[in-house]
Amino acid sequence: MQTEKLVQDRILPVAVIVLAIVAIWYIGAHFMNAPFQRDLDRRANVTSTAADFFKKTMSQPKPILPAPHQVVSNVFENTFLRSVTSNRSLVYHSWVTLSSTAVGFGFGTLLGILIAVGIVHVTTLERSLMPWIIASQTVPILAVAPMVIVVLGAINITGLIPKAFISTYLSFFPVAVGMVKGLRSPELIQLDLMRTYHASTAQTFWKLRVPASIPFLFTSMKVAVAASLVGAIVGELPTGAVAGIGSKLLAGSYYSQTIDIWAALIAGSVLAALLVALVGLLGRIVDRSMGGRSA
Amino acid sequence: MGTAREMPVNETASSVVSARRLGLTFETNDGPVHALSDVDLEVKRGDFVSFIGPSGCGKTTFLRVIADLEKATSGEITVNGMTPEEARKSRSYGYVFQAPALYPWRTIEKNVALPLEIMGYSKADRDGRIQRTLELVNLSGFGKKYPWQLSGGMQQRASIARALAFDADLLLMDEPFGALDEIVRDHLNEQLLKLWARTEKTICFVTHSIPEAVYLSTRIVVMSPRPGRVTDIIESTLPRERPLDIRETPEFLAIAHRVREGLRAGHSYEE
Repeated sequence: MQTEKLVQDRILPVAVIVLAIVAIWYIGAHFMNAPFQRDLDRRANVTSTAADFFKKTMSQPKPILPAPHQVVSNVFENTFLRSVTSNRSLVYHSWVTLSSTAVGFGFGTLLGILIAVGIVHVTTLERSLMPWIIASQTVPILAVAPMVIVVLGAINITGLIPKAFISTYLSFFPVAVGMVKGLRSPELIQLDLMRTYHASTAQTFWKLRVPASIPFLFTSMKVAVAASLVGAIVGELPTGAVAGIGSKLLAGSYYSQTIDIWAALIAGSVLAALLVALVGLLGRIVDRSMGGRSA
Repeated sequence: MGTAREMPVNETASSVVSARRLGLTFETNDGPVHALSDVDLEVKRGDFVSFIGPSGCGKTTFLRVIADLEKATSGEITVNGMTPEEARKSRSYGYVFQAPALYPWRTIEKNVALPLEIMGYSKADRDGRIQRTLELVNLSGFGKKYPWQLSGGMQQRASIARALAFDADLLLMDEPFGALDEIVRDHLNEQLLKLWARTEKTICFVTHSIPEAVYLSTRIVVMSPRPGRVTDIIESTLPRERPLDIRETPEFLAIAHRVREGLRAGHSYEE
């Protein structure tokens, strides 16, 4: 009975939407690729039936919009059929991007927590730091990224660190904001209770503020990890990086390898989904160990 | 005006809370609010004193002044012969709030352990005290449960255990059973009296229920609002041993009547 319910409530609605998207995608691919195909046919002096013509628009090597099956087969081929050390392997490129994402996310989370702790305990910090923190996020990252890469490159820091730096830049913000809220989430009555015990600021921090902030931490980390991935990919664009999902995207657009671009896009999305799910899972485990009601 | 009582010049050792001409004024945007004005009160060791009155009469504020959660703006008050701040810092009272305020990420026994951890009790000492106080509030066997697994009444009992764990002589209770239904409340009142008899604590108890105040207290302090002041102090003539059905005796009803009169005299309903 439970599987039936699962199919009805979870799988069916998702499947319907996926099917609709695939259908629209195919129709779109046909119309987008049709003019070029017509051009080709005219030059080669061939006339083909509608069905034949449709098939051709689905199998161009450099289509304007690749058909879903072209992307899927590219992703499959480059994920499972290639050695993971190969330059064409999506696993290899994902790993490169993932490593700088992880480093940047780690530092970003740490930095965000430190900033939040400072803001919660020192009133002047909130007034002096908060406007800068907010301003930092209004600067377009595409403008900041090349500067960071160039400046760090000038002092001979290249490769993983500059990319991780951009990830940190994007990911500390949600964590800082979330943790300020989390560390301030204890109710007045819980703080009063600590006061009646004559608890020190440190005791109130570790025994009340920190545990109360944990759900906020994981919620903000979910946002931060996705932002970190975007940061790492953006960081790979201006470096002319030779590896990583960003470089795959860039190379694809240089050589009009549209199928490769879409494949890299899929790889990035899958990576993002995995990271967010991983953080979510970690959050659930921690919540369970802290006496959370099992859902 | 409150009933002006003769205050002993020398504080006797048996005085736990002693307030003289105590006043507290909050400055708000709409002008000053006189939460407390000219409150004179003496709480003796072993007393069970209830504070009753309509909302805004300052009964909770008075309790918070004793606990050093608010500062009086005029008059004098001592707790265990010290200023409220010194009393708080020497951990002389346990406070029970309107809500249980249990930390949801701690089990019941860990919640009871919280003040003990903060005050630096050893692990062995903590375990003994947890067991003893949970037994005192009839929650033995629930130590490993999380707060959400317990009913409201049980949660409030756990919070009482937490306030008792470090053996403060004074228990300050701010409408602890206000959010519970009447059947649970009766049961907890009965348990609280037994606990009071066993532990010989001094209890200050804020309530807005007349039967609750009369049933529990050795003295009932009737207060009225704007400004918050004491209008009557009633010494209970009921015996210390009180079964629940004492509430139908003429003696009980007479005291309840006097409390009601005191509340009416505060003109709180005409305003």
